[in-house]
Amino acid sequence: MENLINIFVKSIFIENMIFAYFLGMCSYLAVSKTVKTATGLGIAVIFVLTITLPVNYLLENYILTEGAMAWLHPSLAAIDLSFLSFIMFIAVIAAMVQLVEMVVEKFAPVLYTQLGIFLPLIAVNCAILGGSLFMQQKAFFNVGEATVYGLGSGVGWFLAIVGIAAIREKLQYSNVPPPLRGLGITFIVTGLMGLAFMGFMGIQL
Amino acid sequence: MSESLFSRKNTRLLSDPVGSSNPITVQVLGICSALAVTAQLKPSVVMALSVVAVLAFSNVIISLLRNTIPNRIRIIVQLVVIASLVILVDQVLKAFVYDVSKQLSVFVGLIITNCIIMGRLEAFALGNRPWPSFLDGIGNGAGYGLILIIVGFLRELFGSGSIYGYQIIPNSWYISNGGFYENNGMMILPPMALITIGIIIWVQRSRNKKLIED
Amino acid sequence: MDRNSNNYTFLYAAVMVILVAAILATVAMSLRPRQERNTEIEKKQNILASVNIQTTPANAEEIYAERIQNQYVVNAQGERVEGVDAFEIELRNERVKPIEERLLPVFEFQGEDGLKYIFEMRGAGLWGPIWGFISLNEDMSTIYGANFDHQGETPGLGAEISTDWFQEDFKGKEIFNESGELVSITVTKVGQEAPEDHSVDGISGGTITSKGLQDMLEEGFSAYREFITQKKS
Repeated sequence: MENLINIFVKSIFIENMIFAYFLGMCSYLAVSKTVKTATGLGIAVIFVLTITLPVNYLLENYILTEGAMAWLHPSLAAIDLSFLSFIMFIAVIAAMVQLVEMVVEKFAPVLYTQLGIFLPLIAVNCAILGGSLFMQQKAFFNVGEATVYGLGSGVGWFLAIVGIAAIREKLQYSNVPPPLRGLGITFIVTGLMGLAFMGFMGIQL
Repeated sequence: MSESLFSRKNTRLLSDPVGSSNPITVQVLGICSALAVTAQLKPSVVMALSVVAVLAFSNVIISLLRNTIPNRIRIIVQLVVIASLVILVDQVLKAFVYDVSKQLSVFVGLIITNCIIMGRLEAFALGNRPWPSFLDGIGNGAGYGLILIIVGFLRELFGSGSIYGYQIIPNSWYISNGGFYENNGMMILPPMALITIGIIIWVQRSRNKKLIED
Repeated sequence: MDRNSNNYTFLYAAVMVILVAAILATVAMSLRPRQERNTEIEKKQNILASVNIQTTPANAEEIYAERIQNQYVVNAQGERVEGVDAFEIELRNERVKPIEERLLPVFEFQGEDGLKYIFEMRGAGLWGPIWGFISLNEDMSTIYGANFDHQGETPGLGAEISTDWFQEDFKGKEIFNESGELVSITVTKVGQEAPEDHSVDGISGGTITSKGLQDMLEEGFSAYREFITQKKS
């Protein structure tokens, strides 16, 4: 349990997808003009990360890595499919996004009208694939850890995009030098936020 | 329709993305994954080359297939082509430049979701013949790589006092050796990559006023 | 044929999947031996680096075959375990087990001034795993050399654990104190007092990695404790 909290806090603050790894920057820059849309995309990212990570974890550990297929038949133990992991992960992500979109549309139309336009964007959001690749690299011990890592990374991404959107709304009223307006100042502000988040690095858990 | 391979129009495909329509600083594409590798110059260069390779070849492949791809699975086909090329790059790096592939770790995989690649496939390769698509891929890859290399160069120079792993700042300058100089440890931290790009954008836009946003 | 018909779409997808799978599998299989050799050579280089021999990928295998005379596996009770190749042990998988059940590799190196024992260790840094090899003199207390590596520590900060200046500092340190207790090695913070014989300077700005390394050494030496004390007496 302690371990799970540890992973959760670490993935939100210390290994923040945006500030530490720059993942999902494209949509982060494109959709952060107002807090409302930013919130929508942020929630969609949390949603998809929390769902795809455990699925990819199972895929990785029961099918792709060397010896992972021993549970099917002992003769399959020698097969190593790990070179396929990129393509499998992205396929799972695309399929899950599609599935989530359909389920949400059917059962929660209100949520769908809010999230709908963001969901297709998410399949190519680096944060999602990044989450799976980091999960693979970190070699978590069980599905629980992977899920918590997905949830935490999503929450971290959500915080980052909502934060920058709030700052950008205020920036409308400030006198930024013309060449820096828009993209330039957003980069620099993100950098400053990142520096602030580095402060969490000292936390011992 | 005969047109020389390096006609004016074609060379512009190469040169524009490096400057006035740079994918990172102007089109805002593909900032995602790669910046985390720019703390040093060497991984930045390898990353830039990998992106150029993947972008050029996926552009050519999609351009060759453009009249056969069924509309409904267009995006999936593109993803499969990109992902396969990235796997090839990853396997080759692991086999031939093992130490660099270790440094790049997961970021090679993240080329798949690099928005530049999808963006160029959709915007260019689907509507153009293979040769211009190839040039467009090289040009955009180079424009992207240029920014990576500039950032990598600045961060390594000021952060570690070296370039491409070779010490540039003389050892006797350092405070620990009785000099006056100290490396700026902050340059190595991830957020400084963002701030460096912010400044590059600032410089580029104050030289080229057309690019200024309102 | 109609590009938007179902049949065409299915056929297209099927052909694509088969083609892609065939190409990728061929490439992966043909590059596999090279990749495996890379990891193997790297491990040999790391093992040799822990006894202060710098190698290049080209000559690592030859030197390894010549100088590492003996390699075997022990358990936490210090007993030899037969039938397992020390080189094949993945510490990452061993660390999941409780200490009593772990298999621990030992490599013996014939140095100019006697036998050196090389131990393998693994722990957690700030961003990901850190690992390394550490060699002891025949007295089983003095460190002969050390080599550490990491997966993704910050360059210039935590990543300094894999540099020479940091690893040099370990040479000649003692893991046992005067009263014969196993005290491992402390990685100090700036201003922290610790007995000179049993500590090395940490990395400024890389506090968490330094701490992770210290924990790794403590865990590593305590896993090998029985083997070390048996050899010592």
